Amino acid sequence: MTDAPETYSAKDEVGQVRARRSRRERVWIELRKAPLTAWFGMIVIAFYVFVAVFADVLAPYGEADSSFGAYMPWGDGHVFGTDQIGRDIFSRMIYGARNTMGIAFATTCLAFLIGGGFALMAAISRGWVDQVISRFVDVLMAIPSLIFALMLLSIFGSSIPALIMIIALLDSTRVFRLTRAVAMNVVVMEYVEAAKLRGEGLGWIMRREILPNIMPPLVAEFGLRFSFVFLTIAALSFLGVGIQPPTADWGSMVRDNASLIQFAQYDFKAGLTPLLPAAAIALLTIAVNFVVDWFLMKTSGLKE
Amino acid sequence: MSEDLLLHMKDIVIDGFSDEQWHPIIKGVSLELKRGEVLGLIGESGAGKSTLGLAAMAFGRPGIRLTSGEIWFDGKDLMKISEAERQALRGSRIAYVAQSAAAAFNPAHRLLDQTIEASLAHGVRSAAEAAEDAKSLYAAMDLPDPKNIGFRYPHQVSGGQLQRAMTAMAMSARPDLIIFDEPTTALDVTTQVNVLAAMREAVDRFNTAAIYITHDLAVVAQMADRIKVLRYGEEVEEAETQEMLSNPKEAYTKSLWAVRSIQKPAETSDDYVLEIKNVTAAYGTVPVLHDVSISVPRGKTVAVVGESGSGKSTTARVVTGLLPPKEGAVLFNGTPLPPELKGRSKDQLQRIQMIYQMADTAMNPRHTVREIIGRPVEFYLGLKGRAVDARVSELLHLIELDDSFLDRYPGELSGGQKQRICIARALAAEPEVIICDEVTSALDQVVQEGILKLLMKLQKELGITYIFITHDIATVQAISDEIVVMWMGKVVEQGMKDEIMQPPYPEYTELLLSSVPTMDPGWLKGAVAARKELSIAEQTGEA
Amino acid sequence: MHPILTTVLQRLALGVLTLFFVSVIIFSSIEFLPGDFTEAVLGQTATEETVAAFRRELGLDQPAYVRYFDWIGALAQGDLGTSFSGRASSGIDRSRPVIDLVGPRLENTLFLATMTAIIAVPLALTLGILAALYRGSIFDRGVNAVTLTTIAMPEFLVAYILILFLASLNPIFPSLANINADTPFWERVYKCALPAMTLTLVIVAHMMRMTRAAIINLLASPYIEMARLKGLSPRNVILTHALPNAWAPIANVVAFNLAYLVVGVVVVEVVFVYPGVGQLMVDAVTTRDIPVVQACALIFAATYIVLNLLADIISIVTNPRLLHPR
Repeated sequence: MTDAPETYSAKDEVGQVRARRSRRERVWIELRKAPLTAWFGMIVIAFYVFVAVFADVLAPYGEADSSFGAYMPWGDGHVFGTDQIGRDIFSRMIYGARNTMGIAFATTCLAFLIGGGFALMAAISRGWVDQVISRFVDVLMAIPSLIFALMLLSIFGSSIPALIMIIALLDSTRVFRLTRAVAMNVVVMEYVEAAKLRGEGLGWIMRREILPNIMPPLVAEFGLRFSFVFLTIAALSFLGVGIQPPTADWGSMVRDNASLIQFAQYDFKAGLTPLLPAAAIALLTIAVNFVVDWFLMKTSGLKE
Repeated sequence: MSEDLLLHMKDIVIDGFSDEQWHPIIKGVSLELKRGEVLGLIGESGAGKSTLGLAAMAFGRPGIRLTSGEIWFDGKDLMKISEAERQALRGSRIAYVAQSAAAAFNPAHRLLDQTIEASLAHGVRSAAEAAEDAKSLYAAMDLPDPKNIGFRYPHQVSGGQLQRAMTAMAMSARPDLIIFDEPTTALDVTTQVNVLAAMREAVDRFNTAAIYITHDLAVVAQMADRIKVLRYGEEVEEAETQEMLSNPKEAYTKSLWAVRSIQKPAETSDDYVLEIKNVTAAYGTVPVLHDVSISVPRGKTVAVVGESGSGKSTTARVVTGLLPPKEGAVLFNGTPLPPELKGRSKDQLQRIQMIYQMADTAMNPRHTVREIIGRPVEFYLGLKGRAVDARVSELLHLIELDDSFLDRYPGELSGGQKQRICIARALAAEPEVIICDEVTSALDQVVQEGILKLLMKLQKELGITYIFITHDIATVQAISDEIVVMWMGKVVEQGMKDEIMQPPYPEYTELLLSSVPTMDPGWLKGAVAARKELSIAEQTGEA
Repeated sequence: MHPILTTVLQRLALGVLTLFFVSVIIFSSIEFLPGDFTEAVLGQTATEETVAAFRRELGLDQPAYVRYFDWIGALAQGDLGTSFSGRASSGIDRSRPVIDLVGPRLENTLFLATMTAIIAVPLALTLGILAALYRGSIFDRGVNAVTLTTIAMPEFLVAYILILFLASLNPIFPSLANINADTPFWERVYKCALPAMTLTLVIVAHMMRMTRAAIINLLASPYIEMARLKGLSPRNVILTHALPNAWAPIANVVAFNLAYLVVGVVVVEVVFVYPGVGQLMVDAVTTRDIPVVQACALIFAATYIVLNLLADIISIVTNPRLLHPR
């Protein structure tokens, strides 16, 4: 018993102690280390949100104000010209930010509520509850979601609430899959078993043991889901079965002004008009992807 | 340089990439190896032994770079020659035997094709010759049906057999040097003996030099002529095996023996706090436990020992209520416990606590030490606010830590500290029985000793009963009062430590005990001879 | 029975079961139609007899399960029902069988999809494997940046950019892909150039990234390290050790992206006014021509399921553990 070195002490063993810092300090330190792409993404997102929130103040004309000549060229009181029935494209771009992003955000939240809720239920109770929900989701996922959305829209019509409900339902299957998978990984952890052995209730286990540990992947998924929902809504609107006029929306704006592209050789700027809302969509998606990439790298790195 | 010097690594420095920075992993280690000599590299996790071993082949895993130093192999500096030239040496002159044979064999190809692959690629011999040679190597490695086993796929043979096939694979081109990287760590102890013997024999027969990497001193004692001890990427000391075993110089080296030095007189009592009565249990329809009965005397330590699949962890699950038994019951202080976890009262749950093997996964990484230990205090004892903090602080001192740990997250603790926090969490419930499931297996030797001593101290002070589940005989020797030997879901025997450890043994106990390597370098030969007489050895599936 | 056969049969059965449930879902969508949809189809002025006749035709007087089996039975014989459009309130019925509407368009869509797949699959696999082998190189980073951007773009943006540069500013290709049954093969190819290019760009980006990830994952296996430590040449390591284990992940990547193609085709067909199933479906959704929508949905879903089924079967039959059971 005396062979051990005298110097050993549990306290002095080397652990990787991080300096104690407040949450705000830590966030700030991480932000300063963030790569250029992440900064780019965050600035773009902030800008979009700003535009969406202050759309009324920023837009020079009303959303559905069609009191101008059709297809007016760029400049001259209308930065990006006017559309086929004489609405100011710049104003509609601004309102479109609010409408498209707002609807996509609401849809994503709803999808997480439905998908996440069922996933946690399935992960914790396992057994037949899990089997039934999972198999049901498998079947739903066997139909491509855009196709499924088209079918449901043909039944329920293209109102905004229907759109939100349908896409939220379809996307909740993806949320379910992911949440269930990450939750399953946590549920089998011994600290969850320890909590069960202690006699903790289901609510406590879900709230205190599981949720904090599945948050990072879920936050990342929220970003990705949002951009996916956003793209789906844009696609549906582009196809003419999504957000309906006169509500301004980027997808339908592309559709409305598509024919302008044929005039690009005569007026290059006019030819660009349908690309503007499409580019706005792409820029936001890229921005979200950049931020999510960085976030994923940070959170998975922290686990080490 | 002397004539028979095969490998000479000089002042090797190796860096690893993590946290977006290069950190030194090997900090200037030198190493010499003569032809036909076996060098044991020993050290604990993170000592850099595998990295150094691979560096002998001038190979770095992704995220590893060989920063400086010279690697002289048979007159050439491997750091200076081209990658193509290094490639020509690997597999032909220097071969590698990996830790997990199951992962290191390509699942898509037959054993034979993989065995002779290096010989063919380096043009050592023709395919037909190499195949014939492989069969004789299989025979030499004591593999069953050596003529045909090569036509099998990796998943069709057992782990111990694969490990032997991999040694044959390394031997195929008759290299001058083989790197053995923890080749038996993943094997059960009764399987390990034969694999060790086969490897030793092969190395001797072809007079191959070898670097044998392991964390197990007793294993290296069987395999190596010389031993080098590494720690934190630096050499601690090096000596001939006999010399090192009998007379280690450095305190660190001595500490590697630490657990084996703990001695505790066995005591028993007739007052049983917990009785497992005729328990039969199954996962679904797969039976795991058959009529298991174990009695646990109050305030003592019962060690449940067995290999993987023996049912020892399942027994713990039955006691805790996670796996309700098909038949039988668990009596606690004479009254039967409800079989299901849900049926048990808070008080019953409080009395039996559990400590896990992996402290990493046993603590929520998003809770602080204060929350982890505080929760059971709050939950079972109903304390609030200040009182909780005071109790947590008391518990921290009990496990030889202090208040500076209160706000740390598990990720900020060392392995030993984590396990101590887990012990404190169990103590916080003020239990009568603590089930310790392989609690020291994942820890380094010195830390293991500290944890075991702490557990013994707590038992003395608080009168706690331990059910200590382990596969490690040294640990059993150190702390148990009574021993239960389990095998294939059955209890082979239960008794006082001194009785169990003395002959006469039931056959399985004898096999198990005789398979545990000792520090005596001559042990291996005797063990192999002894087990040939045991009919039960056939049943372990690896003979 | 050989375990491979058992596993494949199990997987097939599962596929059929999925198809069954999907058909039930698609069929039952009609149950959710508001009660007055017959009037919407026939017009406000439809007489009661006309409505009743229409309801009888749809079989709304029978229980749902009877109608389902009628529907699926007819489907099995290639009868997809009758379109809602072309009906008048007066009772005159110029509606056409759905199969006549879908049939020729399905051919067109398959033509476009095949053309895209022939270009995209080899291209994506090559790029993906090269990027994985030379990961971290300028090539890898360049391809990565480009694909990341392409992935974030909606299909119609890619399509319009191509139109802008390759049709509008430089009239190389037609911006409308208006083909019909009599269009000769090479003219079809020419007219499909831009739609196929759009789809290729979108698919290649996804497929290449997934291939790269799958290969990198594979190369991290201990047996690949072992092969390197045997001193095998990098070529040999890839061909003998990585490739035989790569079929399953690659099949999955290809199937996943072809399934994605099925969806992407809808938007692209609309952009280029290409007479395919996608456009038909969108038109039918706008006019709420439910039988056509159902038929199209079923076709898309079935393709999706079959593709995934194929990938699974390839994974099964290339799995050495199943090929060579203990």
